[in-house]
Amino acid sequence: MSQLSRRPADAVVGRALVHESAAQHVTGHALYTDDLVVRTPRALHAHPVCSPHAHARITRLDPAPALAVPGVVRVLTADDVPGTNDAGVKHDEPLFPEIAMFVGHAVCWVLGETLEAARLGAAAVEVDYEPLPAVVSLAEAIEAESFQGGRPVIARGDVEAGLAGAAHVFSGVTEMAGQEHFYLETHASLALVDEGGQVFVQSSTQHPSETQEIVAHVLGLASHHVTVQCLRMGGGFGGKEMQPHGFAAVAALGAVLTGRPVRLRLSRTHDMTMTGKRHGFHAQWRVGFDDDGRLAALEATLTSDGGWSLDLSEPVLARALCHVDNAYWIPHVRLQGRVAHTHKTSQTAFRGFGGPQGMLVIEDVLGRCAPLLGIDPVELRRRNFYVEGQATPYGQPVRHPERAAGAWEQVLTTGDVLRRRAEVAAFNAAHPHRKRGLAVTPVKFGISFNFTAFNQAGALVHVYKDGSVLINHGGTEMGQGLHTKMLQVAATTLGVPLGKVRVAPTRTDKVPNTSATAASSSADLNGGAVKDACEQVLSRLREVDAGRGLAWEELVREAYFSRVQLWAAGFYRTEGIHWDSTVMRGHPFKYFAYGVAAAEVEVDGFTGAHRTRRVDIVHDVGDSLSPLVDIGQVEGGFAQGVGWLTLEDLRWDETDGPARGRLTTQSASTYKLPSIGELPDELNVALLEHAHEDGAVYGSKAVGEPPLMLAFAVREALREAAAAFGPEGTSVELASPATPEAIFWAVERARRGGAGHVVEGLPGAVPDRPDPAAPALHPRSEQAAQAAGEA
Amino acid sequence: MPDPQVTVNGLPRPLAGVPAHTNALDFVRGLGLTGAKEGCAEGECGACAVLVARPDGDGSRWAPVNACLVPALALDGQEVVTAEGLGSPEALHPVQSGLAEVGGSQCGYCTPGFVCSLAAEYYRPDRVPGPDGFDVHAIGGNLCRCTGYRPIRDAGRALGAPATDDPLLARQDRPAPPPVATRAEGFARPADLADALALLAEHPEATVVAGSTDWGVEANLRGRRAAYVVAVDRVPELREVTRGDRGIEIGSALTLSEVEAALGDEVPLLAQVWPQFASRLIRNGATIGGNLATASPIGDLAPALLALEARLVLASADGEREVGLADFFTGYRETVLRPAELIRAIRVPTPLSARTTFRKIAKRRFDDISSVAVAVALDVTDGTVVRARIGLGGVAATPLRAIATEAALEGRSWDADTVEAASAVLAGEGTPIDDQRASAAYRSAMLGNALRAWWAEDWAGESAGEGSP
Repeated sequence: MSQLSRRPADAVVGRALVHESAAQHVTGHALYTDDLVVRTPRALHAHPVCSPHAHARITRLDPAPALAVPGVVRVLTADDVPGTNDAGVKHDEPLFPEIAMFVGHAVCWVLGETLEAARLGAAAVEVDYEPLPAVVSLAEAIEAESFQGGRPVIARGDVEAGLAGAAHVFSGVTEMAGQEHFYLETHASLALVDEGGQVFVQSSTQHPSETQEIVAHVLGLASHHVTVQCLRMGGGFGGKEMQPHGFAAVAALGAVLTGRPVRLRLSRTHDMTMTGKRHGFHAQWRVGFDDDGRLAALEATLTSDGGWSLDLSEPVLARALCHVDNAYWIPHVRLQGRVAHTHKTSQTAFRGFGGPQGMLVIEDVLGRCAPLLGIDPVELRRRNFYVEGQATPYGQPVRHPERAAGAWEQVLTTGDVLRRRAEVAAFNAAHPHRKRGLAVTPVKFGISFNFTAFNQAGALVHVYKDGSVLINHGGTEMGQGLHTKMLQVAATTLGVPLGKVRVAPTRTDKVPNTSATAASSSADLNGGAVKDACEQVLSRLREVDAGRGLAWEELVREAYFSRVQLWAAGFYRTEGIHWDSTVMRGHPFKYFAYGVAAAEVEVDGFTGAHRTRRVDIVHDVGDSLSPLVDIGQVEGGFAQGVGWLTLEDLRWDETDGPARGRLTTQSASTYKLPSIGELPDELNVALLEHAHEDGAVYGSKAVGEPPLMLAFAVREALREAAAAFGPEGTSVELASPATPEAIFWAVERARRGGAGHVVEGLPGAVPDRPDPAAPALHPRSEQAAQAAGEA
Repeated sequence: MPDPQVTVNGLPRPLAGVPAHTNALDFVRGLGLTGAKEGCAEGECGACAVLVARPDGDGSRWAPVNACLVPALALDGQEVVTAEGLGSPEALHPVQSGLAEVGGSQCGYCTPGFVCSLAAEYYRPDRVPGPDGFDVHAIGGNLCRCTGYRPIRDAGRALGAPATDDPLLARQDRPAPPPVATRAEGFARPADLADALALLAEHPEATVVAGSTDWGVEANLRGRRAAYVVAVDRVPELREVTRGDRGIEIGSALTLSEVEAALGDEVPLLAQVWPQFASRLIRNGATIGGNLATASPIGDLAPALLALEARLVLASADGEREVGLADFFTGYRETVLRPAELIRAIRVPTPLSARTTFRKIAKRRFDDISSVAVAVALDVTDGTVVRARIGLGGVAATPLRAIATEAALEGRSWDADTVEAASAVLAGEGTPIDDQRASAAYRSAMLGNALRAWWAEDWAGESAGEGSP
């Protein structure tokens, strides 16, 4: 067992503690960025002027009428930018654009004494546009060959030979929609400038260091002139990894130019129309199986809908390609990826970061092909699991595949799945208008940033003379319980009661050069850094103690008077990982997180409405740092996945009318996320036992993203229920999201015995080939480094 | 007339000078009470929920409402409690400690709103403490993006009984604050109906609001500003339910929650509508008159009231007139209401049809807007349909009666063949459109399946029952 993962007796980690801010949450005392405005005298309010066109050149922009509106203080335009007019790390996101690239694109911002004044001012700004042709849908982009960025390929073996030698070959298309983050707290920033010209931005950001870098390069300042703080976020889910930077920069620019605090908070409509979402994907595939249903070969081309700029589309695509295999061994593989360029919001990180989209492809393939192979989907999936000694298509050995198998067996047992499947069959035989389905699906999800450099973290631990401890670390709190876990890590390492430790808000002037709180890795990375800092202090204290066994307060006091340093900066980097993005091979992940879900649903054949009757989950979080937090992440991730797959329905106006490119589901009344009614009647969640992860902090594993993909069980159960309306062996093609309407049409097709669009036999549709001359995929961070260097 | 003020967490707070368009959420946040959050600004997420003392018989009831939709001035004379008023981190309210202990908060942003909804449930006089007494619809209007709801539901199921000396429980034994008349810049609350009608005659351009659940959305999301607001939600003459020879007369300014409580199971079709109508938070604000006056083509109440052949009593300074609901809607969001005229009451004729059904098709089970709504009222005598009334929502610019389908049913024997024939007619009713909620084809298919599903479930023996989609 490694030093990092070994847990002492009576560890504070492993205890089921409530969220460290729970008492503040339930009383309304927890502060979020926009709550600070009422405490900030003389703050100005920012309101955008948004493009009504999906693609248009701005031929004239006259702010003068806005300045005539009472209460309007200033209009911010491109002319005001002292540094670089760009909100991204790839220099393809002008903060104040000359060409509007999507409906909702902010062309300038108005500052007012009140939000009402700023809003009226924004309405008064005169902008002339010259509309340009717009590519709106993924299908249009593929047709027009409108792509951006690299075209990565992951390949192993000989796909053509594999397909040629397979007993059964099928081809098809799988499409899936994106997803709006719908963090309950919309984007918010509050910027002010102190007497020394230091710019202080409070931002709802998952990536304070990058927010700091962007603010600095917009203002033309060095990073040490800018401090970014994040108290906490009202949800992030990836939507605040890249997207907050521009808003923070606008607030900071306003503060610098007016000398007054500037508050920028997006309305829900602005947030939905202006900020990026989960990428929708289109996948074209050919798959081969042997006589026993074992995967022989898979060829697929995945095209993601990147929106107007690259943002994180390339690394999202890389992770998608790295997860097409999910938990399954596929000997011959060729996976090709490309990012469509469309005139929509710039799609971005969202919990799972492409993993869900990649995995949905293979789950869709298996769900559609199982009936055609005449193999029970539960058996088909289990039969294809990785076993020890096998490696992923990108060359990483699959460690601990027995954990997926163990979780699978546990779900089948505790969920009483086989008996209940018989009950489902009996129910279906007796009910012509209602059908049930019970499906089981696995999750294997790689943990670490694909880009190796991001796998580092820092922490700052202060022990004060009275023995109290204050920790800072580079991660941000967005509800995932990171701060709770870090308190537990610090208390465990120092061997002090939890009450001795407090965590301070995340600030770039405390811990610099941090990675985004993303990729599920924050407890691993920051936990390692906090532990390192605590151990440094502890080792000095041990010398002071010299085996006397002094009480903590006494020891600390004595150490101070002995002039021993009572604080330390900790650092952690993940060892043993590497990735070559030019050939898409390596060992990018520290480990895999596993999980299995079984879901039973009932579908109403008259309407397509469904209800989830029961869900059983076993999920692998290693040795849990904080079980209540982890179970909350598993359940919440599952629910968010269910929302993506069954309910949340992003629609853009794809007509040629004047509203072309407009998001038609731009509010909570038209974009529906799961509410209490989507909670399964029965939900049983267990954490996999005996799951110690050697080499991770206190034997734990990451938990943020992997559980989202447990929701595939619900989608596959819906497919099976829909199939039950048709003759035995019906293969059902199910749209994603599987809304009641989509399920209704699937039921109608099943009733007609239609096999969907799966084509049997080799010819089928040939997946699109990527352009061999296209550049290799560049991970976000290479550009980040480049941008930082230029700033 | 005294200056307007509202009691927030026990402290009087002046409302003088607050603009008419400022909503209660921005007002309380401006006081530094930032527990209530803006999540959507249209009454969909519940993050802004606060408790308001509302009349309930001789006493009062803590009713949670969406603060984002209510004009702050409409709180004149009211008592409001926010999450901060329930407890503090040092002294948590039982609802707060219960929610915290089970892991009911993650990011915490939606949490104060859930706390207010759960607190209202906690103090609901007819609640039986314990898992089965918890009405899950109490939190149907609160969205959480983090937890997946299981711990929040568990917190609701674990709610105990309030202590007998609980001050908020004791508050419910006393009457709610009496209505006050308000006059402010651009805003007026009339003292009674005569005052209301006089105000409207004086300000024919006025926007009439009650719960403001529709106007609040217009103001927040589309920046609409009223030239003048007349708030009628506490006009006594608009808040009565009476029963007589002509049926049941329901005052237009009763909230949907109040109508629901007043009618109980008296009108079974409406009893079917309530759990499917928006959320408790909305039904505590929205009024029956406001729901009809706003003339949404997809409102759920209008189809039901069309099937019930409801009539509206319209009042103005010039007197009263009565119109059938089917004649009330004249076009998309247009009605026969004249300037300075308001709906005084809704009359539901009795006796009621014996068999009724309300079928709502939406993407989400709770708190969603209909793609299609179908309400049916049927009288079957000796196996023959003697009377059929069908109201439809979501399939035209206005709610409408399915006249052709009614004709295809009346006089026929009520059997599977008739259901099939009538379903074919029903599928062709209206002029449904494709939009983000549903395709036209799906809407038509749902019309066609409404009677089939009812037949299968309630007549042919395939019971839907609890646990069905």
